Amino acid sequence: MSTPRVVTTDHLFEDRLYRAGVKSVGIGTFVLLVAIGAFLLLKSWPAFARHGVISFLTTTGFTTLGHHPSFGVAALLYWSVVIAVVAVVVGVPVAVGTALFISEFAPRRLRAVLVTLIDMLAVVPSVIFGLWGFYMLQPNLVGFARFLSVHLSFIPVFSVHSSVYSSSAFIAGVLVGIMIVPIVCSVAREIFSLAPLGEREGALALGATKATVIRSVVMPFARRGLAGSVMLGLGRALGETVAVAIIVSPSFIISPHILQQGGASIAAFIALRFGTGGQLGSAALLGAGLVLFVFTLVVNLGASVIVNRSVGGRRA
Amino acid sequence: MRRESGAAPAALEEPAPVPAPAPLRTVTTASGLVADGVSAWFSGRLVIESVSLEMEASKVTALIGPSGCGKSTFLRILNRMHEVTPGAELAGRVLLDGEDIYGPEMRPTETRRRIAMVFQKPNPFPAMTVEDNVLSGLKFSGKRPRGKEKDDLVEEMLTRAGLFSEVKARLKTLGGELSGGQQQRLCIARALAVRPSVLLMDEPCSALDPSSTRRIEETMREIAEEVTVVVVTHNMQQAQRVSDYCALFLAGENAPGRIVEKGSTKDIFENPKDERTSDYVHGRFG
Repeated sequence: MSTPRVVTTDHLFEDRLYRAGVKSVGIGTFVLLVAIGAFLLLKSWPAFARHGVISFLTTTGFTTLGHHPSFGVAALLYWSVVIAVVAVVVGVPVAVGTALFISEFAPRRLRAVLVTLIDMLAVVPSVIFGLWGFYMLQPNLVGFARFLSVHLSFIPVFSVHSSVYSSSAFIAGVLVGIMIVPIVCSVAREIFSLAPLGEREGALALGATKATVIRSVVMPFARRGLAGSVMLGLGRALGETVAVAIIVSPSFIISPHILQQGGASIAAFIALRFGTGGQLGSAALLGAGLVLFVFTLVVNLGASVIVNRSVGGRRA
Repeated sequence: MRRESGAAPAALEEPAPVPAPAPLRTVTTASGLVADGVSAWFSGRLVIESVSLEMEASKVTALIGPSGCGKSTFLRILNRMHEVTPGAELAGRVLLDGEDIYGPEMRPTETRRRIAMVFQKPNPFPAMTVEDNVLSGLKFSGKRPRGKEKDDLVEEMLTRAGLFSEVKARLKTLGGELSGGQQQRLCIARALAVRPSVLLMDEPCSALDPSSTRRIEETMREIAEEVTVVVVTHNMQQAQRVSDYCALFLAGENAPGRIVEKGSTKDIFENPKDERTSDYVHGRFG
């Protein structure tokens, strides 16, 4: 008769110390995330208590002073999503195209240069992007926006009710689209470069052109990862604050007319209105922040799940 | 290699060592392939030097030799896969039915369709069905057979690759779900479907179990009548079993790979002229 015993090398003091250190940092990150959420919920509670969560999410406006306060984030959330969607529509094709060029076509030296350049684009402060957007991009984009509204007005999003084309959700969206190019591009590039060499060569040996290899080997392999990178970009776009705040002129009207002046976003609105509106106003802004926090968290969580699955278990 | 047969590409005076079990439609014409003074470099480093070899039509030629002597590189030069590797360069000519595949008017995509390739590691397209894998080469060149024509083609190619009976009920499953040996035969079927005149095989059995290996060796013998086969192998028994001709590659220390001896498989194994050949085929080095 023998009794089983656990054989382990885990008792080394050094290992235990190291593990405890790493573990506490890891847990700390998670605790911080939860603490931020809890803080937002606590501080915004007065605002929710006044009108209720549902009404906060479905009404629109921001009157927090006086006898009949009324506020809600519906329009802000709507415009946040609109700007983020415009950003993704504009930014993703550019990012994916750039990533394809870098990983599939660029000569080795040019590749290194391009990667560095794109990474540098990522470190440009967003306030710089905002200023550039206001003084350079906007004046040059207004003409294009007018062109769209004149020739494509049968599509509801391109129709307008006013002829002021500056400070629109469209221009903010294009600007944010440029800002998400680096993150989407670097994730896409990483995924393209992981497409198996064996399958690439298999296709080439069957007489495939480079374009065919990309279409039939690289893209099927990268599809899920690309979806993840798009969601990562969407998450960034939703949270973009300063650049959007510089461009848009906040409006509480929910409308499909993205080309005309108006639009807003939760993040930009908080930045613009912080410190105004009294105690209730602060609570309402924090509530809006909580909505944004949860929303971006969900989007990013979805993105990381998709990216991990696409790289890890593609054959499953 | 045998000079007198160079001008007659379809000479079939020798009986096939393994009789074909079923009559197969002859749909392709095997072509002879001639390498003429081929040298290759990777990032400026010479890896094979002036290799000349005649690969007779409708025969199986085995390239043997120890690892790192340039056999695979030479094989990849034969269908313009060499240039896919960054930093790869070459010199010399490769003649397919007398025409240089590196000639200025030759398109690499067209050349690769005529000189197909099976790789060491099975590489079916994992997200395509078995059927789509077989048809993939045709699809790449813009052809999409439909209906009965498609079914017949898929059946014929899988039969020639010795796989049809095993997968006929699973034509719609994904290529990645087959076993390793089946995947490799699927790759052979896929390569044959573009109706090449030459099939290059780079250690096609090195990742497979003995029964899959035997099945693929049978396939090589069966298809040789219609497709010229050039196979790289480390397995001496395999070279003896499947090939009509052999070429032994050797590379010295810091010296590029060259052909030491070439000739009929019988001569190489039973009556080698070079001492190094005798040592190698009898397992005394490498």
